[in-house]
Amino acid sequence: MLTAEGLAVFRGERLVFRDLSFQVQSGGALVLAGPNGSGKSTLLRLLAGLVRPIAGRLLWDGTDALADLAEHGRRVAYVGHLDAVKPGLTVTENLRFAARVAGRAVEDALDALELRHLADLPARMLSAGQKRRLALSRLALTPAPLWLLDEPTIGLDTASIGRFGTLLRGHLAGGGMVVAATHVPLPLEGAESLRLGEATVVAG
Amino acid sequence: MMRTFLAILARDLRLSVRHGADTLAALLFFLVTASLFPLAIGPAPETLGRIAPGVVWVCALLAALLPLDRLFGADLEDGSLDLLLLSGLPAFGIAGAKAVAHWVATGVPLLLAAGPVAIMLRMPEDSVPVLLLGLLLGAPLLSLFGTMGAAIVLGARRGGVLLPLLILPLMTPVLIFGVGAADAAATGLSPRPNLLLLAAMLAAAIPLCPIAAGAALRASAE
Repeated sequence: MLTAEGLAVFRGERLVFRDLSFQVQSGGALVLAGPNGSGKSTLLRLLAGLVRPIAGRLLWDGTDALADLAEHGRRVAYVGHLDAVKPGLTVTENLRFAARVAGRAVEDALDALELRHLADLPARMLSAGQKRRLALSRLALTPAPLWLLDEPTIGLDTASIGRFGTLLRGHLAGGGMVVAATHVPLPLEGAESLRLGEATVVAG
Repeated sequence: MMRTFLAILARDLRLSVRHGADTLAALLFFLVTASLFPLAIGPAPETLGRIAPGVVWVCALLAALLPLDRLFGADLEDGSLDLLLLSGLPAFGIAGAKAVAHWVATGVPLLLAAGPVAIMLRMPEDSVPVLLLGLLLGAPLLSLFGTMGAAIVLGARRGGVLLPLLILPLMTPVLIFGVGAADAAATGLSPRPNLLLLAAMLAAAIPLCPIAAGAALRASAE
């Protein structure tokens, strides 16, 4: 269970949000909404342990999640707005790092978002949507219980969004958690939503 | 942890093979700059042989700087750095893996090329092994200091210019003792004190540089 208590973050001189509290249960999903610049991406990076809060606590099953960042990194799978795809490597080689870290075979991820027919293609030949599918395919490899997704469906076609939904449902059914920032509806049924605003800070 | 360390190393080495031109650039830079000295100073063996250890060391030092700009820069730009930081390996482990990758892709080729270059510069043959022994200890130091510097300037504008200004002063002791060892051997003295000092610096840099680099990586991800 992930609990946030009174989180506040500064970016440079600007207070992005403050007094942010929420809870995500095992098998639960939280969708972050709000206008551009309201701090959705910053919150996701904070939940990943990449950004430090200026105030408040982040708890994982009741203990401080950010005390050991390497340990917390193992609990988290993060897909940011950058795809982290190396253009010089093939699709398989791009997935190999995630597969090795998880101790699994690349094969397991190729079918999740229909990348098998592209497996030996250099990633620089991929379209933007295909790169996005490659980034999301890493989720099929990771054993991390908490998925942090920043606009995950941008550039995806309808069929891929459907497959991504299957991946998400499988993860939630297995007791995983999802926190996603998005402007478009995600294939997530029964997700709670948290609205971040520039003027009003809502505590969920 | 070891598995993740090796995964980062394997990924980086695969990338350096795939971007072969970038990897070879440092080696070619070393060969070309060292070849300029006979042209500029003249081919007289006594002059060239005298300055050969210094030329080899300075050229190797500058060549080792070339790939540092992209060591973390490419990973920061495409978002891979976030994935590395979330891989479960502490940040100093990531920096350590990067330093080893730099040493394998840049340090080892420079070490292999240093012998032929020293002979080309008419260095006395019996002191060439001491020069290489010094470089064997010095090349990992260049990688470790370089990784630390690359992590610190990461995300800074004009980081590529800042990097040599930050690293080269740190490298001067390495240069002094490395060249000192080869000079001592050429004049019939024992190179042992110089080599031991290099080894001592390496022993200190192996734990300290990755820790500093790891802290800098965490800071640049914010």
